[in-house]
Amino acid sequence: MDIELTEEQRQVRDLCRQFADEELRPNARRWDANHEFPREAVKKLGEMGLMGVAIPPEWGGAGMDNVSYAIAMEEISRGCAGTGVIMSVNNSLYCDPVLKFGTDEQRKQFLEPFARGEKLGCFALTEPMSGSDAAEMRTVAEKRGAEYVLSGSKNFITNGPQADVVLVFAMTDKAKRHRGISAFLVPSDAGGFVRGKPDEKVGIRASGSCTVFFEGCAIPERYRLGGEGDGFKIAMAALDGGRIGIGSQALGIARAALEEALAYSKERKAFGQPISQFQAIQFMLADMATELDAARLLVWRAATLKDRGVRHSAESAMAKLFASEMSERVTSRAIQIHGGYGYVKEYDAERHWRDSRITEIYEGTSEIQRIVISSAVLKD
Amino acid sequence: MDFEPTDVQRAVAETARAFARERIAPVARDNDLARRFPRDLVRGLGELGLLAVNVPEAYGGSAAGAVAYALAIMEIAAADCATATTAAVTNMVGETIARWGTEEQKRRHLPALASGEYAAGAFALSEPQSGSDAAGLGTRALRRGGAWVIDGAKQWITSGDVAGVLVVWARTDPAAGARGVTAFLVEQGTPGLSVGRHEEKMGLRASSTVALAFEGCEVPDAARLGAPGEGFKIALSALDGGRVGIASQATGTIRASLEASVRYAKERRTFGAPLADHQAIQFMLADMATAHGSARLLALRAAWLKEAGRPFSREASMAKLFASEAAQRAVNRAVQIHGGYGYTNEFPVERFFRDARVQTIYEGTSEIQRLVIARDLLGQP
Repeated sequence: MDIELTEEQRQVRDLCRQFADEELRPNARRWDANHEFPREAVKKLGEMGLMGVAIPPEWGGAGMDNVSYAIAMEEISRGCAGTGVIMSVNNSLYCDPVLKFGTDEQRKQFLEPFARGEKLGCFALTEPMSGSDAAEMRTVAEKRGAEYVLSGSKNFITNGPQADVVLVFAMTDKAKRHRGISAFLVPSDAGGFVRGKPDEKVGIRASGSCTVFFEGCAIPERYRLGGEGDGFKIAMAALDGGRIGIGSQALGIARAALEEALAYSKERKAFGQPISQFQAIQFMLADMATELDAARLLVWRAATLKDRGVRHSAESAMAKLFASEMSERVTSRAIQIHGGYGYVKEYDAERHWRDSRITEIYEGTSEIQRIVISSAVLKD
Repeated sequence: MDFEPTDVQRAVAETARAFARERIAPVARDNDLARRFPRDLVRGLGELGLLAVNVPEAYGGSAAGAVAYALAIMEIAAADCATATTAAVTNMVGETIARWGTEEQKRRHLPALASGEYAAGAFALSEPQSGSDAAGLGTRALRRGGAWVIDGAKQWITSGDVAGVLVVWARTDPAAGARGVTAFLVEQGTPGLSVGRHEEKMGLRASSTVALAFEGCEVPDAARLGAPGEGFKIALSALDGGRVGIASQATGTIRASLEASVRYAKERRTFGAPLADHQAIQFMLADMATAHGSARLLALRAAWLKEAGRPFSREASMAKLFASEAAQRAVNRAVQIHGGYGYTNEFPVERFFRDARVQTIYEGTSEIQRLVIARDLLGQP
C-alpha cells in the first residue's frame, strides 16, 4: 500500500499546474464568454504529450501511467474545465480504444497523429433518442462490397466541431441488439459526413460539441475498429477509462472553486472579522476539503487498477459518481461563500459551478453509474 | 383549520397564472439570452394589480393581502424567475412606503409603482463591503439645511437603473451603530445619483442588477422615510416580507422544475420504457413534489401570519431558507432528468438552474436565515 506520488507523477503535476496557471487560467473566462475553442492551448497540450498521456511512445503518446493521466487531467481542468474535457475525450474515448482494439495499420493512421496532438478525435455514441440506453441506437452501417455505408445522426459530440476523425458506433446487425453494434473510424472529410451547428451549453463552453450526421457516408472496410459486433464492448471499455478522465476533471473544477473560496473567505470581512473566522464557514470549508480528498482517492484507486490491468468497472463508476456529485456540491458551496460575488462573472465561482454540472451527466449519468455499482455490489 | 384560498386569493392567483402562461413564459428564454428587461410585461403586471398586491386601494394597490401576494409570485416565478424578482422587489418597495411613508410620499409614489408607470421600485441596502452585515453600511447622509446629502456606493441593486423610486439606506449618525441608519426615497434622475456597473449575472438575466454611486446626492427632508435612526428597523421589517416573496419565488421554481420533469419523463424512453417507469426517476419526482408541497406551505404560513398582523420573522426565515435550498435540489434534479438536454438551451430547465442559484444568497443568505432561526429558538437577541 503506497499513496505517495512517484517522481514522474510529481513532475507531470508540476508541469501541468504551471501550464494551467500560465496559459489556461488567464484565458478561461474569455473562452467561456465567447464559447471559444482554445486552439493554441490544445496545440500546446499536444506538444507536451498530454493528448495521449497513457499511450505508448511507439504510438506517439507520452507512455505514462493512468495515475499520471488523472493528475494531468485534474491540473488542466483546474485551469479550464472545457480544455480538460477536450483532452479527456481525445485520450480516453478516442486514443485508448484505437490502441486497444486497432490493428497496427489503424494505429499508424488513426492513433499516432492523435496521441501526438497533431489531430483531434471524438467519440460518437449518443443519439437524439438514445443516451443512457446506448443499445437502442438507430445509426446503421450497411455492408456494401468492401465498404460500409453509414446513415444516422449522433448528438452532443464533444470535439465534434473540430475533430479530424470520429469514432462512431453503428448497428451492423439489428437482430443481435447490442451485440450487433460495430465501431468505425470516420475521417471528417468523408463524403456524406455533415457537422451540425455547435451546441449552446451552460458550461464547459471552451469545449465545442455538436450533432453529426451520416448521410450515406461510405468508408472502407479497413476503417472498422475491431470485429463486427464488437462495438458495444469497445464503447463500454472506452467509457470505463473515460470515468477516470471525467472524475479527474471534476476534481480539478472543485479544487479551483475551493482554493478561490478559501482565499475569498480570508479577505471578506463581515460583522467585524474575516468570514473565515466564523464556524459555519469553517465547517463548510472542512467539508469541501474532505470530500475533495475522498474523491481524489477514489479516482486514483480506479487508475491504479487500470494500470494493473485489473477489471475496474465498479471502482471507476464509484469514482466518477462521487467526484462529479462532489464537484457540484463544492462549487455550489463556493458560490455561497462568495455571496453576491458568487453569482456574477467578475469572479470565477459561477463558472466553476456551471462547468461542474455536466460531469454528473456525460460519459454515463449518475443513474447509470449507480446501476453499474449496485449490480457489482449485489453480485457478491 | 383551512388550507383553501379565499375567493380573492384564488382570483389573484388565477390572474397571475394566466398572465404568466400567456405573456411571460413565451418570452422568457429570449429575454434571458438577450439580457432584456421586459418593460411591457411590467406594464401588464401593473394593469392586473400584481405590482402592489398588498398595498391599500386608496393608493392604487390591490389590497388583496400577503397570502394573495405569495400566490401571485409563485405563479409568475413558475414562468420566469427574473420577472418574479422584478415584481417581488417592486411589491416590497410599495409595501415599505405604504407602511412607513408620509401621506405625501404615499400619494407621490404608490400609484406609479402599482400601475407600472415606474418600471420598478428598488431597494438599495447592500454595499460592496456590506451584504450580510447590513448594519456595517458606509453610505452617509449629512444634514444640510432642509435637505440631506447622500454620499456612498450601493451594490447588487435590483432594478436600480430603471426604478422610478429607490429606497436608500444611509448612515446619519456614525456613533449610533444600527440605530444611526436612516432610509430615504430617492427618485431616478436625482442629480448625484448615477448608475455604475450593470452586473453580468449567471442567471436572472432579464432582471437588471446594478451598482449605484451617490455623490453629493441631495434630497429634501420630505424624502426621508420614517424617523432618523429608524432605517434599520424599516429594512428588517421589509426584508421579513421580502423573505416571503423569495420563498414564493423558489416555490414557483420547484413547481416549474417538477412540471418540466414530469413532461419529459413521460416522453423520453430508455431501456424499453418511459423514464417515468423507472423507479429511480419516480423517486426523484416524488421527492420534488413533496418539496414543492412543503415549500408552498411554509411560504403561505409566513404570509398568513403576516396578514394576521402576527410576528412572522422566524417563519419567514424558515420559509426562505427551506424553499430556496429545496429549489436548488429541484432544479438540479430537473437538469439530471433531462440528461444532456438539461445542459443546452433547447429546454428551459438549464435556465431554471441558473436562475435559481441566487435564491439562497439574496434577501438574506441561507447563513443569515439560520442565524435568525437559531437565535429565535435559543431566545438570544
